[in-house]
Amino acid sequence: MLQIKDVYASVEDKDILKGISLSVNAGEVHAIMGPNGAGKSTLASIIAGKEEFELTKGEITIDGEDITELDAEERAHKGVFLSFQYPVEIPGVSVTNFIKTAINENRKAKGLEDMPASEMLKKIKEKADLLEIDRKFLSRSLNVGFSGGEKKRNEIFQMAMLEPKLAILDETDSGLDIDALKVVANGVNKLKNKDNAVIVITHYQRLLDYIVPDFVHVIMDGKIVKSGTKQLAYELEEKGYDWIKEELV
Amino acid sequence: MSKYTEDDLKKELETKEYEYGFYTDLESETFPIGLNEDIVRAISKKKQEPQWMTNWRLEAFKVWQSMQEPDWANVNYTKPDFQAIAYYSAPKAVDPNKTLDDVDPELVAMYKKLGISVDEQKKMNNVAIDIVVDSVSVATTFKKTLSEKGIIFMSISEAIKEHPELVKKYLGTVVPTKDNFYAALNSAVFSDGSFCYIPKGVRCPMELSTYFRINQAGTGQFERTLLIADQGSYVSYLEGCTAPSRDENQLHAAVVELIALDDAEIKYSTVQNWYPGSAEGKGGVYNFVTKRGLCEKNAKISWTQVETGSAVTWKYPSCILKGDNSIGEFYSIAVTNNYQQADTGTKMIHLGKNTRSTIISKGISAGKSQNSYRGLVKINASAENARNFSQCDSLLMGNECGAHTFPYIEVKNKTAQIEHEATTSKIGEDQIFYCNQRGIDTEKAIALVVNGFSKEVLNKLPMEFAVEAQKLLEISLEGSVG
Repeated sequence: MLQIKDVYASVEDKDILKGISLSVNAGEVHAIMGPNGAGKSTLASIIAGKEEFELTKGEITIDGEDITELDAEERAHKGVFLSFQYPVEIPGVSVTNFIKTAINENRKAKGLEDMPASEMLKKIKEKADLLEIDRKFLSRSLNVGFSGGEKKRNEIFQMAMLEPKLAILDETDSGLDIDALKVVANGVNKLKNKDNAVIVITHYQRLLDYIVPDFVHVIMDGKIVKSGTKQLAYELEEKGYDWIKEELV
Repeated sequence: MSKYTEDDLKKELETKEYEYGFYTDLESETFPIGLNEDIVRAISKKKQEPQWMTNWRLEAFKVWQSMQEPDWANVNYTKPDFQAIAYYSAPKAVDPNKTLDDVDPELVAMYKKLGISVDEQKKMNNVAIDIVVDSVSVATTFKKTLSEKGIIFMSISEAIKEHPELVKKYLGTVVPTKDNFYAALNSAVFSDGSFCYIPKGVRCPMELSTYFRINQAGTGQFERTLLIADQGSYVSYLEGCTAPSRDENQLHAAVVELIALDDAEIKYSTVQNWYPGSAEGKGGVYNFVTKRGLCEKNAKISWTQVETGSAVTWKYPSCILKGDNSIGEFYSIAVTNNYQQADTGTKMIHLGKNTRSTIISKGISAGKSQNSYRGLVKINASAENARNFSQCDSLLMGNECGAHTFPYIEVKNKTAQIEHEATTSKIGEDQIFYCNQRGIDTEKAIALVVNGFSKEVLNKLPMEFAVEAQKLLEISLEGSVG
């Protein structure tokens, strides 16, 4: 589904990604791990199409189609979803209004009519229940005054509503206590199926106890330096990142 | 990455033309330019006014001659040459005795372009409409339905003739002729406007609406609105404004006076979309308006305004809270883009006991525009237990615009409670990217953020106006993030 071929990327002329290749198939869960500043979030941004990040070399395709020239919203229409590490606040725009707008804009891009209100309400109710979200929460302004856990839960709620082909979870575990973490992971697991794929970006192995990856990749200094199975995550938890560095030398 | 950048968007916005910028070729009767006593007399004569009205105008003219154009507002413009303006212009086909069916077909076509077909107005529910083109009122609908309730809704020219006792009693009582330079000018030369009287205890069953349009070149528009809500009555009143796109600046100096007697309530909403000038700052309407309301005991006046048009705006809809327990409210959204300048706000004058006022002002600046909030909350010694809450929020787009806040507070009674909150924020790239990532394009994202920002005020507008205002905000700001 997602093919990343030898991607180099920079931000403000600083090279961050230095030749990353990654192949993700439908039905798979990939974990991207690595120390601070290794390029994990840059990888997420470059897939999602954030403007400040410049792809200097390489290719990103989704189902064989090159997306590197597409705007962020066009990539979203192709089924790319990014769960933000720091979701932004939009005062005065309710969670419901925001997700309604997003769904209808995605439908418009596909040439579909707006989703009928009754269907929208039904879907909102279903997904809110799935993620144990209080209905009152949905009428609050987007992310305004939300706790860390509420923000992340809201991200996964939007993912549930938009049903993306490829979901990238950028540090979704940061700022979550263990109960919130379980709810979020549980939600992701319920949404996972054979037709979509998930990339989990995380510092810690903790989240991977709940969202179990098929593959684990370690990024260091803008490159994937080691790939493996779930086992690799345990090793990292135990030994830290230094031993990989030593291995590389 | 070759992207459709914000610069591209900006360009697109600049070439986006003002939707109401057309000119309708109506056969008009326009007075020669310039202003002197003879012109004032001629206007009065043209309107077949009684002597007392002519004298009132002449008095105002004398006052005006002794006054200076104010320059304390935070705006910069070439002062109009008051001798280069025509003070009266009327579409010729207007005859007060004609019915709507006899209206000049060109005029009807113009209403259609404005989205307010008079024909449809007749069938439309709950909005009675008065339309003022250039200087005269051309059509007032629903007169009959209203008169059954004893409600008087007509042009002010008609009211001067048909209800002189009411006009004489209230005209100039809230905004005296010598109140300010533009109010004095308006008092001397106003050519039309709306008059409304709601009798005791009557709840006006529909929204009353006036639609103002400047059509003729080189003319000023000076309309006068007088609205009286008698004891225990209620009325919701709307006004809308547009003008053709012209390279010259056109002057609009209106006066609106509201009188809410004991236990009455007036809701006054404005959607102002006068021509804002070109993207280079050429042309546009100078909007110098005095609006004020007087509240007697337990009365309430609510001003709601959505200001998106005009090159220069100077406008402070205010409330004099004279009666005990009276309430004044001001809800405003002011949008400036390109080279527009707005200096707008309100005055809440607390005289009575237990008077309350609320001010919610939302300023949105884009392009190279300047947007100022100027407000005065004054608590007199007599105003025991007065309360005020003010909130002024500014939203900036790009790096070349400005937002300013000038809140004045004068308190002469120790029991007063005053709260003031102010915020300034910028539409962030992060907000836009977040929306983009969810499949929402940049224009729609800006609209979403702006609507969220303006929501508290938009919610105060009557439903049908809220939708229009929301659209207007989107058009005014499309692609202006930088």
